[in-house]
Amino acid sequence: MIAFENVSYGYDGGSLLSDINLRLAPGSFHFLTGPSGAGKSTFLKLCYAELLPTAGRVTILDQMATSMTRDDIALARRRIGVVHQDCQFLDHLPVDDNISLPLTVSGSFADPRDLRELMDWVGLTPMARALPPQLSGGERQRAALARAIIMGPDVILADEPTGNLDWDMSLRLLTLLVELNRMGKTVLIATHDLNLIRQAKPQVAARVLRISNKRIQLAGADL
Amino acid sequence: MKRTRQILSTRIEAWVNPDPSARSIVPPSGHTAWLTTFTSAAMAFLAVFALALALASHRLATRWSDALERTATVRLSAPEDQIDLQINAVLAVLQSTPGVAGARALTAQEQRALLAPWFGPDLPIDALPLPRLIEVNEDSPGYDSEGLRQRLAAEAPGAVLDDHTRWRKPLAIAAQRLRLLGILSIVLITGATAAMITLAASAALAANAQVIKVLRLVGARDGFIAAAFVRRFTVRALAGALVGTLAGMAAVSILPSADAAGGFLTGLGFEGWGWAMPLALPPLAGIVAFAATRASARRKLQEWT
Repeated sequence: MIAFENVSYGYDGGSLLSDINLRLAPGSFHFLTGPSGAGKSTFLKLCYAELLPTAGRVTILDQMATSMTRDDIALARRRIGVVHQDCQFLDHLPVDDNISLPLTVSGSFADPRDLRELMDWVGLTPMARALPPQLSGGERQRAALARAIIMGPDVILADEPTGNLDWDMSLRLLTLLVELNRMGKTVLIATHDLNLIRQAKPQVAARVLRISNKRIQLAGADL
Repeated sequence: MKRTRQILSTRIEAWVNPDPSARSIVPPSGHTAWLTTFTSAAMAFLAVFALALALASHRLATRWSDALERTATVRLSAPEDQIDLQINAVLAVLQSTPGVAGARALTAQEQRALLAPWFGPDLPIDALPLPRLIEVNEDSPGYDSEGLRQRLAAEAPGAVLDDHTRWRKPLAIAAQRLRLLGILSIVLITGATAAMITLAASAALAANAQVIKVLRLVGARDGFIAAAFVRRFTVRALAGALVGTLAGMAAVSILPSADAAGGFLTGLGFEGWGWAMPLALPPLAGIVAFAATRASARRKLQEWT
């Protein structure tokens, strides 16, 4: 799905990530952990071509990121659902329109039954016509997840998806992501919450990666 | 070819009947909405007057040209005892000149009438050494004025041909320049409208940077994002220009109607089919807004890659 070969990324003369080699296989589940500022968000942005590597090669859905046109990137993002910590909605549109936004921008129409089913799944049906600023942190995260998966993407990237949630809500969101992985989706969650990773271990065969000293390592038994 | 037609058809369909939620992707409020509509309305209002000026100048130029173009005058000064002889000689020359449809000497009464506005109706014309005037009507495509002058000089030494060129040229040039001024005004107004809408569109894009970021995150192509802004600005410009055009036409309609005494100023309006011409301004404003917003959006989206 997504592959990194000797990838480095830096800005303003400094280096943030160095010599990264990684392959996200179809249907895999990965956690990416590391201290704040280690480069987790940067790594995720490289995965959906928000950033381009300063060295090495990132391959996204069989295309090399540096040779993709803006239209290529747009089409790739329709197959990669992204959940951010700050969610990023269009605040003037109701929640259901925000969730169906990926369909709208791709020229498709949301089937009302499918949309309702998805909103039921994330528990947001009563808030369908509410505006994003009226939602709680947990509701926003679930809305962001619903938006990320409405196109049936191959890959789901989540950047600190439980950062603003209480523990119960975090577990609920984790359960939703595990369910998606069981449906065959490739999932990568960037988080500094080790308890969440431990909680997921019994549910899913996840690889845990850690960013340390600008490199990605496979985390082991210390988790 | 078939594929091109399909793509074109899909694009037009998407433009004419887009998803209602696609129409609302750009937030509806903001000062740029008011600015675009107001600018289009004001510019269309001014463009109506510029158009009226151009059309009035065109009518004036045509009228002056038509009035002067097909006539000429031979002015004949000769001693009393030779005047009739020379009139006959001039008439004979004119009748045998190709391109001259007819010629006749003005009577004393007609010459008195011509001078009446300046000297009054009781002018003793017989007591004054006035030249006799011979009116010449041209045929199409006209005569060779230089050749005619030479023949007149040979047959009637006191005859001078006045083909109205010295009157016609400055009048026609003045009218043509007025018409050009009107057209130039429309071009400037169109350019100013494009500049204002470009500024408004750039401001709207900058104000909606977060919206664009979200749209890109969920897989929107630049064409889709640009179209959302282009559609919004085109509709605003169309609506504003329609209001401005109707207001301009109403203002022109209450100007005094054309009459001979009022001359050019009272003729500043539309006549007949001319009233339909301002109705082309709103679509023109729409096209200008479309092109200006599209170029601005494409440029901004390129910058924000």
